[in-house]
Amino acid sequence: MVRVLIALACSLAALSAGAQQARPRAEDAALEERVLAIAGELRCLVCQNETIADSRADLAVDLRNQVRDQLRAGKSERDIRDYMVQRYGDFVLYKPPVKPITWLLWIGPFVLLAAMAAWLWRTLRRRKALASAAPLSEAEQQRARILLGQGPK
Amino acid sequence: MKRYFVPLVVFVLMAGFLAVGLKLNPREVPSPLINKTAPVFDLPQLHDPGLRVTAEQMKGQVWVLNVFASWCTPCLAEHPYVTQLARQPGVKVIGLNYKDRAEDAKGWLRKHGDPYAAIAVDADGRVGIDYGVYGVPETFVIDKHGVVRHKQIGPITPQALKDDILPMLAKLNG
Repeated sequence: MVRVLIALACSLAALSAGAQQARPRAEDAALEERVLAIAGELRCLVCQNETIADSRADLAVDLRNQVRDQLRAGKSERDIRDYMVQRYGDFVLYKPPVKPITWLLWIGPFVLLAAMAAWLWRTLRRRKALASAAPLSEAEQQRARILLGQGPK
Repeated sequence: MKRYFVPLVVFVLMAGFLAVGLKLNPREVPSPLINKTAPVFDLPQLHDPGLRVTAEQMKGQVWVLNVFASWCTPCLAEHPYVTQLARQPGVKVIGLNYKDRAEDAKGWLRKHGDPYAAIAVDADGRVGIDYGVYGVPETFVIDKHGVVRHKQIGPITPQALKDDILPMLAKLNG
């Protein structure tokens, strides 16, 4: 009975030790995921076609650490984005904010699409009007039949 | 004649945009700090770590913050012009030694000359981040009220000195 108890105590101790080691790691993984999610929306200014999450530039590493520290300090994602914009401008955001200076950027493609659609519609309508405008006369139809090899009616 | 008009206008517009686009430098990201209060900092001095360099100390005078490092090659290229700038009356040039080792920085300054009124040590680059530094060298012109008025991205060239920095200093001191 004593042996069983000792064995039980040992395995419990081992379990709790394992749990203590595992917990911070799990927390880190969750934190790291959040860091990468935020960093994935921020542009690295050294290598401008990469996000801070992807880049291996020194500054990107520093900024990732900055994001991690601020998350640990309990800052929200919005706070962190604001922090970056304050220092590096809107350019740091991969998804630019909607404001007067970016209106053209956001609605431009739709305006262009609407303009092209309107132009297409107008052209098609005009073409249809052209096609049905002048019906062939009897003589012309006769000539068309001859040309098509069907002979006069 | 009329049917060629629309494509011509579209072509000219596109060519115009592309021509302007060619001349822009995508590396020059306009700083959101312009006309904003310069971020505060309180850092040890390079030559005497017991002393501090702060943004607060500079209130009441026009000053220039030059971000440099011994590992940065373009910093060497701009060094003569930083020196020239530091000799101007009515301006203090403060160095921000960015992510450098103190020994390396001191050696570099011994070799190439030390034009700075004071040098702040930003070993971990935190103040650099506050100033939105993304490439060394960068240079900020700050007025008597502590407001950033101009940012030079990349090395100071003779042209930048003549066209932008010196006129800005004259304006701020005038």
